[in-house]
Amino acid sequence: MPANRFNGFTDYGIGVGLRIPHYQHILEKKPVVGWFEIISENYMVDGGRPLAILDQILEQYKVVQHGVSAYFGSAEPLNRDHLRRLKALVKRTKTPWLTDHLCWGSVDGRYSHDLLPMPYTFEAAKVTARKVREAREYLEVPIAVENVSSYAEFHESEMTEWEFLNEVVEDADCGILLDVNNIYVSSRNHSFDPYEYVNSVPPERVAQIHIAGHSRFQKYILDTHDHPVIDPVWKLYEHAIKRVGPTATLLEWDDLIPSFDEVHAEARKAEKYLVAPALVTP
Amino acid sequence: MSLLDLQRQMAADLMRPLAPGDRLNPKTAAAYIKPNDRLTSRERLEIYSKSYWYRLLDSLYEDFPGLRAVVGQRAFGKISQAYLTDRPSRSWTLRNLGSQLEEWLRLYPAYAGARLKPALDMIRLEWAHVEAFDERADAVLGPEDLLELGPAMRIGLQPYVRLIELQYPVDDLRVKVSAASDDHGTASNAVLKRKTGGLVRRISRMKAEHIFLAVHRLDFTVYYRRLEAEEFRLLSGLRAGLPVGEAMEAAIEESPLGVEELRGRVETWFAMWAEMGWLCRWQS
Repeated sequence: MPANRFNGFTDYGIGVGLRIPHYQHILEKKPVVGWFEIISENYMVDGGRPLAILDQILEQYKVVQHGVSAYFGSAEPLNRDHLRRLKALVKRTKTPWLTDHLCWGSVDGRYSHDLLPMPYTFEAAKVTARKVREAREYLEVPIAVENVSSYAEFHESEMTEWEFLNEVVEDADCGILLDVNNIYVSSRNHSFDPYEYVNSVPPERVAQIHIAGHSRFQKYILDTHDHPVIDPVWKLYEHAIKRVGPTATLLEWDDLIPSFDEVHAEARKAEKYLVAPALVTP
Repeated sequence: MSLLDLQRQMAADLMRPLAPGDRLNPKTAAAYIKPNDRLTSRERLEIYSKSYWYRLLDSLYEDFPGLRAVVGQRAFGKISQAYLTDRPSRSWTLRNLGSQLEEWLRLYPAYAGARLKPALDMIRLEWAHVEAFDERADAVLGPEDLLELGPAMRIGLQPYVRLIELQYPVDDLRVKVSAASDDHGTASNAVLKRKTGGLVRRISRMKAEHIFLAVHRLDFTVYYRRLEAEEFRLLSGLRAGLPVGEAMEAAIEESPLGVEELRGRVETWFAMWAEMGWLCRWQS
């Protein structure tokens, strides 16, 4: 299952999120890294240092685009300027697949710049799936949607989060970027079984997996990407890999960023789970 | 509640200012957000509200260090919150968050008090800085292209070169602010205190001075270069699409300099602009 139509039939291994504090190290030391994930919006500019650095990275590494502003779940239409710039970047990076979040973030043209949670309704699933399809047709690249961490639930919801995810990806016929840390965080915040979530995801649609660290507060857990991955998340990851097969895996580390070697070493802990897992069915 | 109505409600609630008097009514959040065994509906919504405000305030804080120095941290906080309340982000990228700040402050000058004019200058400079950092760079005109230079020719100016007029020398101040900020990680507290005190004195003594400035980038670093009035006008004319001859006439119209002196300077300017890669093909 590692190579499927949702990740462009690629067989990528372990990747690391490309972050500004690591630019110099990467360009000078040229570490051996499976692939880099970039935040698309950081490079959707007309010129300057971001694109110059990206071009140097592209000369030596495989790059996959991960977006934060498509807002497939917003009730309003896709932003045409965002899409146009995203397509230009897709042509530049030749990303084999593209990911963004299963969330909303804008309404009436006002932007929250956050990954806001969806009400799990059939109407929301329909709107979201339609926008994913529109984006894919325009961008001409496979799209996978990522489950987000959330801190609120809506009275309006008509199904569980994993049922909503399945509803959207089946309707849109798109892939899944399965973030096991986000599943863990939300399971703690909303008191559900994270294994039930993983077991409910259609394995054939998983294009990529995210792992990350988070911060624990007294009454909730926040998805901060500023710590190493904790053991319960590694265990959930192990379970996910057994279920979906060795899948392109990316470590996110966005705040209190340590040295590149430290981040890379943390990502490479995934290796032991990726080597020939015995596939299981729930 | 439809998806659109729910999103409108939640956006309105999380974009409310964080001041104690503006705190959300618990019943409002409870109408659409479930509580759990640890948090009320309002507390769950406030996780998003705090995140929204911290993220956007942080973005302005990073983009406008010079404005912070001019008006002070307290006034800057009030300006940021009032601006974001009045003008929520209308762009998918935080890069554009400060694009309307100058226009907004002109409408609400009381927020800057006695430092309004340098504050407006600093905003103009810092927004030009944002633009110069990542604006497009077109193919540079080489010396061979300039051999054909004639009065009817149109020449373009690189999009990343921003031309601004200032009434105060805020460019000097912004450089000092950046230097003080760079030192923050390495200098001792005593050195930092001395430098910060120096900045405050510099701002309070700042005198009006008419400055013509190019904000540009070289090797991916943004620089400020002061221009002569005629040089500024000539570049502005080229940017506006005037043929070289007309742009030069407009530039020297009110100049006190003699023709010969101007001719020499124009040659020097063109050579320098070409060397810095500022000139490109004109595009309508």
